[in-house]
Amino acid sequence: MKLTIERAALQRSLAHVQSVVERRNTIPILSNVLLDAGEGRLSLTATDMDLTIVEVVPCAVGEAGATTAPAHTLYDIIRKLPEGAEVELSTGGDGGQMSLRSGRSHFTLATLPREDFPASTPGELPRSFELQAEELKALIERTRFAISTEETRYYLNGIYLHAAQADNLEVLRAVATDGHRLARVQMALPSGAEGMPGVIVPRKTVGEVYKLIEETDQPVRIALSETKIRFAFDDTVLTSKLIDGTFPDYNRVIPANNDKTMEVDCRAFSQAVDRVSTISTEKSRAVKLALADGTVTLSATSPEAGSAEEDVPVAYAGPALEIGFNSRYLLDIAGQIEGNGAVFHLSDAASPTIVRDAADADALYVLMPMRV
Amino acid sequence: MSAPWPQLCRDCFAWSEAPTQTRSGARCPACGSRRTVAHPELRTLGLAHLDCDAFYASIEKRDDPDLRDKPVLIGGGRRGVVAAACYVARLYGVKSAMPMFKALSACPDAVVIRPNMAKYRAEGHRIRAMMLELTPQVEPLSIDEAFLDLTSTEALHRAPPAETLARLAARVERELDLTVSIGLAPNKLLAKIASDLDKPRGFAVLGKAEGRAFLAEQPVGILWGVGPALQKSLARQGIAKVGDLLGYEELELVALFGSIGKRLYRFARGEDPRAVEPNAPAKSISAETTFEADLDRPEQLAARLWPLCEKVSRRLKAAGVAGHGVALKLKTHDFRTLTRSRRLSDPTQLAERLYREAYAMLLAEADGRRFRLIGVGADLLVAGTLADPPSLLEPERLRNAKVEQAIDAVRAKLGEGAIAKGRGWPKA
Repeated sequence: MKLTIERAALQRSLAHVQSVVERRNTIPILSNVLLDAGEGRLSLTATDMDLTIVEVVPCAVGEAGATTAPAHTLYDIIRKLPEGAEVELSTGGDGGQMSLRSGRSHFTLATLPREDFPASTPGELPRSFELQAEELKALIERTRFAISTEETRYYLNGIYLHAAQADNLEVLRAVATDGHRLARVQMALPSGAEGMPGVIVPRKTVGEVYKLIEETDQPVRIALSETKIRFAFDDTVLTSKLIDGTFPDYNRVIPANNDKTMEVDCRAFSQAVDRVSTISTEKSRAVKLALADGTVTLSATSPEAGSAEEDVPVAYAGPALEIGFNSRYLLDIAGQIEGNGAVFHLSDAASPTIVRDAADADALYVLMPMRV
Repeated sequence: MSAPWPQLCRDCFAWSEAPTQTRSGARCPACGSRRTVAHPELRTLGLAHLDCDAFYASIEKRDDPDLRDKPVLIGGGRRGVVAAACYVARLYGVKSAMPMFKALSACPDAVVIRPNMAKYRAEGHRIRAMMLELTPQVEPLSIDEAFLDLTSTEALHRAPPAETLARLAARVERELDLTVSIGLAPNKLLAKIASDLDKPRGFAVLGKAEGRAFLAEQPVGILWGVGPALQKSLARQGIAKVGDLLGYEELELVALFGSIGKRLYRFARGEDPRAVEPNAPAKSISAETTFEADLDRPEQLAARLWPLCEKVSRRLKAAGVAGHGVALKLKTHDFRTLTRSRRLSDPTQLAERLYREAYAMLLAEADGRRFRLIGVGADLLVAGTLADPPSLLEPERLRNAKVEQAIDAVRAKLGEGAIAKGRGWPKA
C-alpha cells in the first residue's frame, strides 16, 4: 500500500472513526483502524464490534493495498502535523510496519494484518428510509438526555425508535427514559418506515451519529433490521447493533388526566430554577414549586447552605399546589424547549408531570416529582 | 546519662522514675505491682489504639464460667472461619480468620460457639461510650477496636494521656470484666502496631525513633494499605521488609507504585499524617455468609442471598443511609473471591431492590462453579432521605417499600422469625 493524502482530509476522517475505538481493548486489533487504499480513495474503518464506522476519503493512490494501524496514535500524529501538510502512508512488502512521512517527519507504526480485522457483515437490512440531518438531530437532541445508564435495565440504555399512531397520523417516534424523566419526540413518518420494527439504538451509537451529522446538511439514509441499524450520509457509513431487549410500554406512564395547567416563560423559569438550586444539596438538587394564582414560588433549603426563594409569574388558575422536582431534570427539559413558553400539566405532588413546548406539539416530556 | 524514664503503674496509677531504661518498667514503688510501663515520652504521647483481647470469646467466657479454662472458638459451623479464638485456643496455633476446619484439626477439643453479634455489639458500644467520655476524638475501626486522640487532654483529665488510658483499661476490666490492650504512640500507624506488642491486657508505647527501628525489621505487609497485590509488586523490586523501603526516594516510590508510594515513604520512617477521624462515615454496609457445604445452583444461592439483602436493608434503614451501588461477593470452593458491582438508577434502602440487582449479577456468575460464600453490600452511601424516589417505570416501588415497612414492624413486635419471604427458604 502506498498513498498520499492531504492532512486536513485525513484528520477529519480519522477524527470520525477513531472516536469509536475504545481506549482500552483486550483484543489488540480493535485498537486499530483499517486502512484500505484503491482507485483514488482511502477507506477507513474502525469498530468496537458493536458499532462500525466506515469513511471514504479521496487521495492519490500509488499502490493499492490495506493494513491496520493504531487508531489513536495515528490520529494524534496527524493532528500534530502542520496545517496544509501532505501525508504519505506506505507499507513494505512484509506488511509488519507502516511508514508515515510528512515534510521532515517520519514515523514507523506497528501494524496488524488486515485479514485479522473483524469483517462487518450487516446482513439484510430490509427497511430503509431517509431523514434530513436536521430532523434526525432534533429527534436525538431532545431525547438523549433522558437515556438511562443503569446496567440492570439495559433496554433503557438507548433511544427507542419506532413507528406509531398519533391522532390518526403515522409518526416516527423517539423515546428515552431513565425512570426519573421521559422524553418523547415525534415527526411525520418518512416513507419506507411504515411498519418498521421498534428498535433501541444504543447510547454510544446515538452519540456518534449525533457528532457526525452535526457536520452535514445531507439527508441521512437509515436502513435497519430487528438487530442492526445503518446510518449513511456523505462518505460515511455507520452500522450498529441494536439493543436486544423490549422497551417498556411508555404510554402507560404518560398521564392522561393531569387537569392543572401552568404556562411559564421558559427562559425566565429556568434561570430562576438555576439560581434557586444553587442552595439545594449536591446530592438531591431538590427544588420546590409552590403554585398559586398567577405565581409559582421556587424554593430550596439545605441544612448546610441555607435557603432560597424566588417568585416567577405564570399563567395558572388552579388550586394551590406544592410539588418538588430535581432541579437538574427540570433544567434538562427546559433546555430542550425552543419556544418561549413551557406548559406544565400537573396532577398532584406524587404524580408524574407533563411538560410541553408551547411552540412544538411534537415533543413531550414526563417528569417524576420528588419528595420535598 | 540521660534523664530517667517516667514510669506509670497500671494498677495504682502512681508515677515514678524507672530505675533502668527498659520499657516494661520496674516494680511500682507505691503499690509493688509489676504491671508498670516506662518510656521517655510516656508523659507526652497522646495517640492510642485500643483493641479488646479475644473480644467475642472473652464475652462468652465471662458469661459462662465453665468455659474459662477451655479453648473457645467463635464462628459459624465447620465451614465458617474463626471470628475469634480465646487465648487458650491460641496456644494450639489457632488464629482468627482461620477456616474452622483447620482450627478444629489443630485444636479438636475446642468449644465452638455461634456468634451472638447483638451481644458483642452491645458490649462494644459500652466500651465506646467510656472512650467518648474521655475525648470526642474516637475513631472506631470495628466493634472492638478504635483510635483515640488524647493529645491536649492533660488539663481536662489532670493526667497525661497514658494515665487516662491506663484508668480506662482498668475501668473496662472492673465494669465489664473484659480486658483490652493499648498501644500509645505519636500516630495511628505506630499506635496500631503497639497495641499488638503486649497482648493480652497489654500497654505498649512506641515512640517515633524506636517505631522506625521496629518497623525496619517487619515485613511490608504490616503497613496500612499494603495488601497481597502490593506486596507482590514490592517483592518484585526486592522490597520485603519495611526497612528495604528506606533506600528509596519518595519520587522513586511514587514512580514505582503510584500514589501509595508517598505513603510508603512516610510509613517506612514511622510517620503517619492521618488524623483520628471520629464518626468516619461508613463507606459501605454489607453482609455475607459461608455455607455448610458448597452450593452451585442459582436457586440455592439466591435463597441464601435474600436474607443477606434483608440484613443489609435493615442496617441501611437503621443508619439512615441509602446505597447508590450494590456489590455481590462470591467465594469459590477453591477460595477465589469474586466481586461484582453495579450503580443503581437511584439510591435504595429496599431489600427488594438490593436483591434484584444482586440476583442479576449472581445469575451471570452461577455457571456451575461451586461456591462456599456469598455476600452482598450497599456502597456509594448517601442520605436515607434520597432513598427510593418514586419512579415512572416502577410504580410497584412504593408498594415494595410499604411491604418492607410492614414486615419490619411485624418483626420488631414478634421477633425475627415471625415472618419471612418464601424466596429465602432453603432449596433442596
